[in-house]
Amino acid sequence: MSEKKPLKKLFHERINSEVSRRSFLKKSSLAGLTALVGSKIVFANSLPKNYTPLALLEEAAAFPIKGKHDDLVILNDRPWNIETPAHLLDDKVTPASKMFVRNNGLPPENIDPNSWKLKIGGESVKAAKEFSIKELKAKFKTYSYQLTLECGGNGRAEFNPPAKGNQWTTGAVSCAKWTGVRLRDVLNDVGIKDDAVYIGYYGADTHLSGDPGKNTISRGVPMAKALEDEALIAWAMNDEDIPLQNGFPLRLVFGGWPASTSGKWLNEIVVRNKVHDGAKMNGTAYRVPCETVAPGEKVPDEKMCIIESMPVKSLITYPKSGGILKLGQKLSLRGHAWAGDLNVKSLEVSIDFGASWKTAKIESPVNRLAWQHWNIELDFPERGYYEVWAKATNSNGKSQSMIVPGWNPKGYLNNACHRIAIKVN
Amino acid sequence: MQEDPIKELESYKRIVKSLKLLAWASILLVAGSIWFSFGSPGLDLIIPASKENVIVKKDIQENEDQVVDGIHLATGLIDDTGIELIKQNCLACHSSKLVTQNRMNRQGWKETIVWMQETQKLWDLGESESKILDYLAKNYAPKKAGRRKNLVINEWYEID
Repeated sequence: MSEKKPLKKLFHERINSEVSRRSFLKKSSLAGLTALVGSKIVFANSLPKNYTPLALLEEAAAFPIKGKHDDLVILNDRPWNIETPAHLLDDKVTPASKMFVRNNGLPPENIDPNSWKLKIGGESVKAAKEFSIKELKAKFKTYSYQLTLECGGNGRAEFNPPAKGNQWTTGAVSCAKWTGVRLRDVLNDVGIKDDAVYIGYYGADTHLSGDPGKNTISRGVPMAKALEDEALIAWAMNDEDIPLQNGFPLRLVFGGWPASTSGKWLNEIVVRNKVHDGAKMNGTAYRVPCETVAPGEKVPDEKMCIIESMPVKSLITYPKSGGILKLGQKLSLRGHAWAGDLNVKSLEVSIDFGASWKTAKIESPVNRLAWQHWNIELDFPERGYYEVWAKATNSNGKSQSMIVPGWNPKGYLNNACHRIAIKVN
Repeated sequence: MQEDPIKELESYKRIVKSLKLLAWASILLVAGSIWFSFGSPGLDLIIPASKENVIVKKDIQENEDQVVDGIHLATGLIDDTGIELIKQNCLACHSSKLVTQNRMNRQGWKETIVWMQETQKLWDLGESESKILDYLAKNYAPKKAGRRKNLVINEWYEID
């Protein structure tokens, strides 16, 4: 150890000088860029007021998120984590511009879909095999499904004591149309051994530390989920290429489970004879206490269980919170509801802080694991401040809670009722 | 944790190599910009306001460390003792937003540092660690909150 320490320290110093060197380089290259591009163009359009030269190259790095709606909220820019305000999720099928981004690392660069390869391996395949995207398209039947993808940490911002991580409010959810081949068909073609229990994925993104030998995230699902009809290896979202930040050119998609199981920039699937043990499968990542705990309680790793199906939940997507009505004016409210692997049976709305509820009209899902659209017309009896709360109930009779549900160390699975504010003048 | 000194040396060599490359790139860029600004006749057509360029450059260099209402603008971090250590040690890998979004007590921040060291390749912070923890625990501590907060309405608007 004593011999290694200086090296590590040196490494540390290198990193520090690297940071100051980088900011110097940014200053000097700024002059270069200024001269090359012309100051007015660069600074007027690309440099927000509260950004610094440090941010100029960050701006260049922001190019990959172009195409996302301007009103999405950036929680993090290294790695990119971007959420969608509830009123922007009003579309029945979430467009690419309004799909949230939850990255753990840095997406790959210079992707060539023509040379992209997907390897299927692991101890529980009969023989490893490799496919190009062209081969997948040619060899297997293509399917399209609308699938609800929600980040396990959606709603984290409400937990108290605060949970560590990106502070998602309500917007880490989407339901887009995904097109690809069934994972089941591909696995059957490769051949799975009888001892298979889990699949895991690997993607082409880079760890934040820049270490090429380190996986950013490598999660997965049990075989039963992997073999369901709607489990896709997808190359298209809403009939177009998948957006870069959402996994271009190839992505696993498992509707109804934490979106972290839907591996992006997919280049390898392993079939395992045990629960997959890739990055962010262990410790506290995407796990909740097996038995509920009091807020703030310490939970040892061995008492944390992997999140599977997401809980029942809903959003009010119209109107946007903060709307003012005239007395007597009716309000047509609408939104979506979803329930992990299950269906939503009913959706109720309250304008009196949960004292009474009205039942909304709710549509059947367009396919299994797609969110369901609901609407209701409301009257407001008096002038004043109202909160409209929406509460969905799943096919097993379980409803959303009105206050923040079971505290857990990493702040997952907050499915408390969505609320909007309305004033009647 | 067992470490492989050869691998470590190799990764160090890689870093030195990329540093050298970057150094050359920066020299080229600086040289290029000087050539562009002063040395190349006829390019005034492309850069009509070179004086303005210089002013903008100066402004922006000053802005880099500008503090408004106690917030260091470039990073969004609260300007307080220890901010330089945060910039050097935390922002080398991740966005400052991962700091500013979170609220933890000293122990929570310490655990986060240990987690990053165990799993995310964060280095030994040495003597800086206690100063970093002082900064984080003071400026990004949890606030008392109930089971559900009041709704925050950014802007009231008329519904048609």
